[in-house]
Amino acid sequence: MILSDLAPSLDFSPQELTAIALSLKVAGTATIVSLPLAVFVAYALARWRFPGHAALNALIHLPLVMPPVVTGFALLLLLGRRTPLGSFLADYFGVVFAFRWTGAALAAAVMSFPLMIRPIRLSFESIDERLALASRSLGANPLWTFFLVTLPLAAPGLIVGAILGFAKALGEFGATITFVSNIPGETQTIPSAIYSLTQTPDGDADALRLAAVSAVIAVTALVVSEILQKRADATRAGK
Amino acid sequence: MIAVDVTLRRGDFTLAAAFASKARILALHGPSGSGKTTLAHLVAGLAAPDEGHIVVNGVRLVDTAQRLLVPPEKRRIGLVFQDALLFPHLDVKTNILFGRFFTPKEERRVPFDAVVETLGVAHLLRRRAGALSGGERQRVGLARALLCSPRLLVMDEPMASLDYDRRQEIMTLIERLRDEFAIPILLVSHAADEILRLADEVVSLDRGRIVAQGLPSETLAAASRLVEGGRFSLVSALEAEVGAFDPRFGVTRLEHPAGEIVIAAHIADGRRKVRALINATDVALARRRPQDISIRTVLEGRIVAIDEDASPLAFVQIELQGGGRLISAATRLSVAEMNLTVGVEIFALVKSVALDEREIGPGA
Repeated sequence: MILSDLAPSLDFSPQELTAIALSLKVAGTATIVSLPLAVFVAYALARWRFPGHAALNALIHLPLVMPPVVTGFALLLLLGRRTPLGSFLADYFGVVFAFRWTGAALAAAVMSFPLMIRPIRLSFESIDERLALASRSLGANPLWTFFLVTLPLAAPGLIVGAILGFAKALGEFGATITFVSNIPGETQTIPSAIYSLTQTPDGDADALRLAAVSAVIAVTALVVSEILQKRADATRAGK
Repeated sequence: MIAVDVTLRRGDFTLAAAFASKARILALHGPSGSGKTTLAHLVAGLAAPDEGHIVVNGVRLVDTAQRLLVPPEKRRIGLVFQDALLFPHLDVKTNILFGRFFTPKEERRVPFDAVVETLGVAHLLRRRAGALSGGERQRVGLARALLCSPRLLVMDEPMASLDYDRRQEIMTLIERLRDEFAIPILLVSHAADEILRLADEVVSLDRGRIVAQGLPSETLAAASRLVEGGRFSLVSALEAEVGAFDPRFGVTRLEHPAGEIVIAAHIADGRRKVRALINATDVALARRRPQDISIRTVLEGRIVAIDEDASPLAFVQIELQGGGRLISAATRLSVAEMNLTVGVEIFALVKSVALDEREIGPGA
């Protein structure tokens, strides 16, 4: 792995390497799992009019305006080990969120969801609705029309949404530390590790190195998203 | 071919239309806001009527009394839009084959090669849909709709965004589609020349109601004030036979019982009956056959109607000897000074150079 090749020169401690790998795992899982849901919700908000439209929109954007600690606390109250929902999921599906990396992924997904939704919704809204009608008149039912026409045309928004969501998930701290604490090797992501290092005497240099790592990852994500979006736009413009 | 009886209310607009037709090309005509596009959307299934029924080729697509509303993807009605609406993320070939993919195998009676050949899109197949010109897009849109082997082709202002030359080209293609693939066409248009050239029958709409239905030449003449663009887009269509070509002067004579129509071009033999379009502003009127005048096309007829109101214009309808109607746009001044009234025998004069040979299409 490239990361371990780089490690000697950058002199990462095993704990730091674990935190970086865990961060990528948590953010990657959060992005991949929430993307289909984000596409569905964004499409519903863009194209359907239903009772509760405004309420759903508000609920999704809540984590953006609430203190992250409150969101983490809400998750803890909802999905903690001894709560009805938490014990139900643990007993019947073997899924435990509290104090596990899965919980960190969930907290990251919830926090990044509003950022993910916005570009996807905007790109659905920018598609000429009559293209879907044209597809219907050609014999494609609504499901075919969605996968053959609407979704491909919304691809640039999907890419931007996924990468923004990933970057946000990578940086999530407040909800994560509240919900799943700061357990090295299980829930200690890069931000939690930086936080721990800043609480340690002489930890500043190590904190700085990790901060640089997270900046590199974030900037890379943005550059990749730019390139992919440009490419998708060029395809749409017919070049 | 089609029977429609629908009502639809949207805000303060009400569409209430009932008509039936067996025409190969039926035109829906009217000014913008008349409801012609809404009517086409009801037929294609992009909108649902409040009440009524729609039957196409014997298949009941909508019947509110039976709570029947066939979804658009099951209607097999090919739609051609004004701006073509090709899928921008797909290449031309995939666009064209899109509908065919969803057509049941036993229903695929329109062959791909024939469509590509007729519409001349072979060289475009690998291009991206977004990289086409207006005329090319429209041809690809026609091909896409055709390859679903539809029961009916609905064309919603297919030529409205094209320039003059591209329009003539698309009209020629629509005539070929009608003749080669035997698919009935519902043509939505506000352009009189398109309707006169292409349609066998026209339903004329105004503010959500049908005001006339019948032969295009008669219906449009009666609805002359509804024609968008006023006198400059008012046109008559005459059926005539191709006569002799005069190689010395390069003109072709079309034979009509009311007189010869001279066309300043070579019209190929082979299609004996043709339909020539004559702009109302290109027709002058004379009480007696004029002498010493440059005009070669002099048609004899009788005035059957004079449509005038407070404007300076008068639209004079002439029934020609041997059939056919011609509209002349005149001023009220000349109508008054020449003492023109219904029943008067009249000579209609048309400048040969004003007749566009590209607008001459095969007759009915």
